[in-house]
Parts: sequence; structure tokens; C-alpha cells
Amino acid sequence: MNIFVCIKQVPATNKVQVDEKTGVLRRSGVAGKMNPYDLYALETALRLKERHGGTVTVGTMGPPQAQAVVREAYMMGADDGYVFSDRRLGGADVLATGYTLSQAIRSVGDFDLILCGRQTTDGDTAQVGPAIAEYLGIPHAAWVSRLTPSGDGVDAEQQLQDVIETVHMPFPCLVTVEQDICMPRLPSLKTARAIGDKPVHMLGLDAFPDTDEAHYGLAGSATQVERIFPPANEAEHEVWEDGDNAERLRRALAKWKFI
Amino acid sequence: MAKIAVLERKCTGCGLCRASCPFDAIEMTDGRPEMNAACRVCGICVKSCPQQALVKLETRSASVDKTQWKDILVFAEVSGGRLHPVGLELIGKARELTAPLGFKVRAALVGSGVGTHAEELRHYGVSEIAVYDDPALGYFRADAYAGCLEDYIRAVKPCVVLVGATSLGRSLAPRLATRFRTGLTADCTKLELRENTDLVQIRPAFGGNIMAQIVTTNTRPQFATVRYKVMNPPARGEEADGVILPRKLPKSVGESKASCVGVTPLPPKKSISDAEILVVGGRGLQKEGDLAMIHTLAALLGGDWAVSRPLVEKGWATNERQIGLSGRTVRPKLIITCGVSGAIQFASCMKDSERIVAINSDRNAPIFDVAHVAIVDDLYKVVPELIEKLKEGRT
Ligand SMILES: Cc1cc2nc3c(=O)[nH]c(=O)nc-3n(C[C@H](O)[C@H](O)[C@H](O)COP(=O)(O)OP(=O)(O)OC[C@H]3O[C@@H](n4cnc5c(N)ncnc54)[C@H](O)[C@@H]3O)c2cc1C
Ligand SMILES: Nc1ncnc2c1ncn2[C@@H]1O[C@H](COP(=O)(O)O)[C@@H](O)[C@H]1O
Repeated sequence: MNIFVCIKQVPATNKVQVDEKTGVLRRSGVAGKMNPYDLYALETALRLKERHGGTVTVGTMGPPQAQAVVREAYMMGADDGYVFSDRRLGGADVLATGYTLSQAIRSVGDFDLILCGRQTTDGDTAQVGPAIAEYLGIPHAAWVSRLTPSGDGVDAEQQLQDVIETVHMPFPCLVTVEQDICMPRLPSLKTARAIGDKPVHMLGLDAFPDTDEAHYGLAGSATQVERIFPPANEAEHEVWEDGDNAERLRRALAKWKFI
Repeated sequence: MAKIAVLERKCTGCGLCRASCPFDAIEMTDGRPEMNAACRVCGICVKSCPQQALVKLETRSASVDKTQWKDILVFAEVSGGRLHPVGLELIGKARELTAPLGFKVRAALVGSGVGTHAEELRHYGVSEIAVYDDPALGYFRADAYAGCLEDYIRAVKPCVVLVGATSLGRSLAPRLATRFRTGLTADCTKLELRENTDLVQIRPAFGGNIMAQIVTTNTRPQFATVRYKVMNPPARGEEADGVILPRKLPKSVGESKASCVGVTPLPPKKSISDAEILVVGGRGLQKEGDLAMIHTLAALLGGDWAVSRPLVEKGWATNERQIGLSGRTVRPKLIITCGVSGAIQFASCMKDSERIVAINSDRNAPIFDVAHVAIVDDLYKVVPELIEKLKEGRT
């Protein structure tokens, strides 16, 4: 089974602050790390490989420094890794990111299974995975808490509101995994020594089947961020002392739609 | 397509723009800023530059004819045989948004045996309810469901499509939006519709630390998934005036390669960490029997109950019920603490709850530092009275 895992480098903290006056974000040179949810996708891939054979390839779209997360994936046991980096890929929303990754995956090889994390901690949309599947014209299952190879494909347990529905999908297919699917291993020093300075492949737009830059990055995006602002502090910091506090609480519960 | 340009003459290479960039997209090369692949052209760097050396360049690409796209379509999700309430909330919002423009609200139902839900939807001010009812849709497959909605969207050209931000909705919507090569904004908490039919979508970003306002200016339809319990459902009308429109199963449904091999109802949620509403008892409770009112209040609110550590030490509850460093971390939508002082070992593991109501007779109790509503009162008064009122409200 040949597996491709989509990973992303995200800021190491999401504690960004917004300057109330200027509306500008204050960030204190935070370092990057692998999107924590992608560790579960990678671990799932590594376990499938250990049990059923095959290869695990990881790939990320991002700036050149995103090599760091590919190296981390090597230390966990990934066989091969790519960074898709090009100035013309900048400013991508879900539509353009999904397209870029679908093109990138096509240019890297033929895969049976593509795995994604449930969401990123910066983009936070949980949409990139299904978008890639649509572009590739393959079935997908999201929020998957268990994945077992079966026949010509996999059985995936997708967690919906009140039920878990297990769907069978033939290869090739795409799955986004939940956190409870497995416990990710730690990067191992032994593996790190064994791989030495194994290269990370860098690919730009010119390596893709579609080289029309209008389909990528900001040009290929449909959404535009107009404004970023601090959340209004909707929660009241109120002190209630005298009076009918039970009635007041009942009314507040109704206002907040708990009753 | 827009981009940020650097005016070489004005730039002093001070690097303030680099520090201001939320996306780490600016690199300094030869003392000049350069935008890398992470740039979203948000314009924050433009504001940060004291020399006004950065400018945002807009170049308009051809836009769709927006007048061809009218009305709002709401996907009414059916889950476990029930109409998910988020669908009604979206209908309520859609009615509000469409009123000034004279647009209609449409709904689409997809599933097996969903006819009764269509009847029910007629009472909520929806002009047309498209129904895809077929045994092949009895379980969820994103590609098959997307095929149905695609069919109706092509037929009626709505300018906006709203989908509940449920697990099902958030698997379906990206597939569908991608099929139309258009924008989708995830998990919105606020929506407005401009006169030019652009949908203003507001959503929390970076784990809720900041809010982002997002628009889809050049493509239609505009897709948004919307959080459950942030919009108001409309009142049910006596009149049933919506028109039910049964639709044929599109061919693409048969082409889906996925098939269902099993359905397991989810076991009821057990861990206090999963609860959306928690009522917590602390040492302010004088005897074990008094925990009963904590149970009762939790049950009346449809939530679960928990305790602070001393109650576990007394053997009144098991460790699974304990919030805190040596217990569990919780982050419900609502937490009501009763007679809990709010020691750091407790408070640090519940302070991220969405709404914290604390009842404590000591006005200096540290729990009030993290509470949104601080009720300085006797829990033996407030809790039983509240229980009475909630019971009355039921009957
Ligand atoms: C290493 C370590 C780990 C710990 N881990 C945990 C942990 O995981 N979880 C945990 O909970 N604690 C933990 N603790 C203990 C913690 O420090 C506190 O002792 C404990 O949380 C206090 O519980 P309490 O608020 O219920 O009781 P108290 O501190 O005794 O507070 C009772 C409160 O009730 C109020 N009150 C009394 N009567 C009434 C009334 N009639 N109406 C309204 N209010 C009333 C009082 O004003 C008081 O504020 C830990 C301690 C240590 C050292
Ligand atoms: N730039 C990217 N490069 C590689 N994979 C990505 C990228 N962005 C998102 N993904 C994948 O898509 C998943 C969902 O991301 P998101 O839609 O941003 O929440 C992530 O967990 C990754 O597996």
C-alpha cells in the first residue's frame, strides 16, 4: 500500500494577540511545528505500512522552512518527503490549497491512500482534505476514528452526529483522521541517526501537470480575508450580589439558549 | 489578483513589516522585504510601515454575473432519522438575510425516508423544499450527497448555500464547493449579506484568538458552514406554505465508489470532558445527600455533573467526576460551579470553558477571577430556587 500523508507546518503557539488600537497582530517570533493533528495521520500511515507493507510519503505546501516538518516525519519513519514551495503558491485559500496539493500529489506518483489530519491549528478549516479528494475525483471519508484495509481498499469508520458509519472505499481514496485513531510515536534519535541528512525534495509549480499560475495561490483563491480583528468580549464579567439571583440566572440561561 | 508591492525608494529596511506579519510571510533579502508563499495579502504589513513603502495592488479578474445568482439554499441535514436543529437555525438566518433583497429561501433534504421532514419544513417560511429520497442515500457518502446538491444548485442558482458545521456538513461542503470552484468559509459565527449579494462571513481564527471577516467576491455560489447554536431558529408557522419538490436521483450518485458496510449508534457520552454543560459541586456542600441537587440541576439543563477534589476524597464521587490537575480538564459551553473556591489546581483545568457561572458566598473566592458571572450568594438558596423554576417551566 503506497500512502501519501499531507502535513503542514503551523505556528508553535496560537496565542496571537491583536493590538486593540491598530488592529494589527502582535506576534513574538514564534517558531513553527508540525500541525499536531497531522501526527495522527502520519502515525496511521506508519502503522499500516508496518503491518501491510508499502511506502509512506509525506508532503507539505509552504515556505522553504517547512522542510523542518518533513525532517520530523523522517524521524518518525516516513520514507520520502516533499515541500511544495513557490512564490506563486502564496495566498492560497482552501480551494487553491486543495488544488495545489492535488496537482502536487499527481506529480509525485501514484498513491493508494491519501491521509490528512482532521484540521490545522492555523487555517482551522478541516476542509483541505475533502477538497483534494474532489479534485482527484476519488471518494473520501472524514472524521475517521478507525481504518482497516479490506479487499481492494479500506473500511473507514466516520464519526457523525449520532452514529458511526463504516464505509468501504476502493483505492485510491482519501481519509482525514480523528485524534483518537492512535497515539503518535515520538521522533526517534535512532531513526534520526540512520537517516542522516536524507534529502527533502523541493518542488515548485513548474513540476506540476498544470503550470498555469492563475490556478494557484491568491489568483486561484475564491475567498478573501477582508479584515482581522480581536473577538468582542461577549462574556460578561458581572458580579451579582443582592436580589433574586435564581430568577436572574434562569433568565440568563434562557438568553444564552441553554433552556 | 492582488499583491503587495515594495516601493524601493521609500523602504528603509527597518523590518517592522516582517514583525507585523501574522503569517510569517515576509523575508528580508538584501535589506528589503519580500513576500513568500505564505502571503495572504491581508494588508497588515501595509499598515505597519512607518514609511508607507508598502502598497496593496489590486487587479480585478473577470467576475461572474452576480445578478444570475439569487436566493439562499439551506441544506437541511437529517442525522439518525432526525432533522438536525441547525437546519432550522440556518433557515431563520437565511430569511433575515434575504428579506431586504426580496430573495427566496430554499431548502434541500437528502436521505432515505425524509418525506416527513419535508412536510415539517413547510412551516418555516421556506419557498421550496427539494427532496432527494432514495435508499441509496440512507447513509452518508460525501460524493453522493454532493451530487444531489450539485443537481439542485445547477437548477436554481442560489447566490448563497448554507450548511450546518456538523461533522457531516463539514465533510460535504468542501467537496461541493470545490465542485463549483468557489469559496467556502468554515464554521462561521456571523453572516451579513451586502446589496451586491456578497456574503460577509465572520469566523474565529487561530483557535478563537482573533476573528476574520471573509468574502467570496468573484465566484458563485458562496458556501458557508455555520456553527450550531449561534443563529436563531424561526417560530413554526401554522400555515404550511412551502412547496415540496421531489427530485430524481442524479446519475452521479450511482457512480460513487464508496459503500456502507456498517452502522453503529454512538454510545452516550460518558466523560465529563465531553459534556457541553456541567454543574459542579464543591466543599460548600455540607453533606453527601446535598449532591442530589447538583444532579438534579445538571439533569434539568441536559448536562452532566462533576466535583472538586475534596468530594472525591470524602468518597462522595469517583475520580472520573473530578475536575482539576489530578482529575480531568473540561471545556464545556456552560459550567456552573456551586461552593467551589477555585484553587489553581481546579481553576486551571476549567478556565477555558465558554461560560462560567460561579456561586459562592465568599465575595473574595478566587473562582470569581475566572467566572463570567460571579454570584455572591448562598448556594443553598440559589440552587433549589433555580431547580423549582426550571421544573415549573417544564410543565
Ligand atoms: C498536587 C495537588 C493537586 C490537586 N488537584 C486537585 C484537583 O485535581 N481538583 C481539585 O478540585 N482540587 C485539587 N487540589 C486541591 C485544591 O488545592 C483545593 O483544595 C480544592 O480544589 C478545593 O476544593 P473546594 O473548592 O471544593 O473546597 P474549598 O476550598 O473548601 O471551597 C469551598 C467553597 O465553598 C464556599 N461555600 C461554602 N458554603 C457555601 C454556601 N452555602 N453557598 C455558597 N458557597 C459556599 C466557600 O466560600 C468556599 O469558597 C489539589 C491540590 C494539590 C496540592
Ligand atoms: N499547506 C498544506 N500542506 C499540506 N497539507 C495541508 C496543508 N494545509 C492543509 N493540509 C492538510 O489538510 C488538513 C486539514 O487542514 P485545514 O483544512 O487547513 O484545517 C491538514 O490536517 C493537513 O493534513
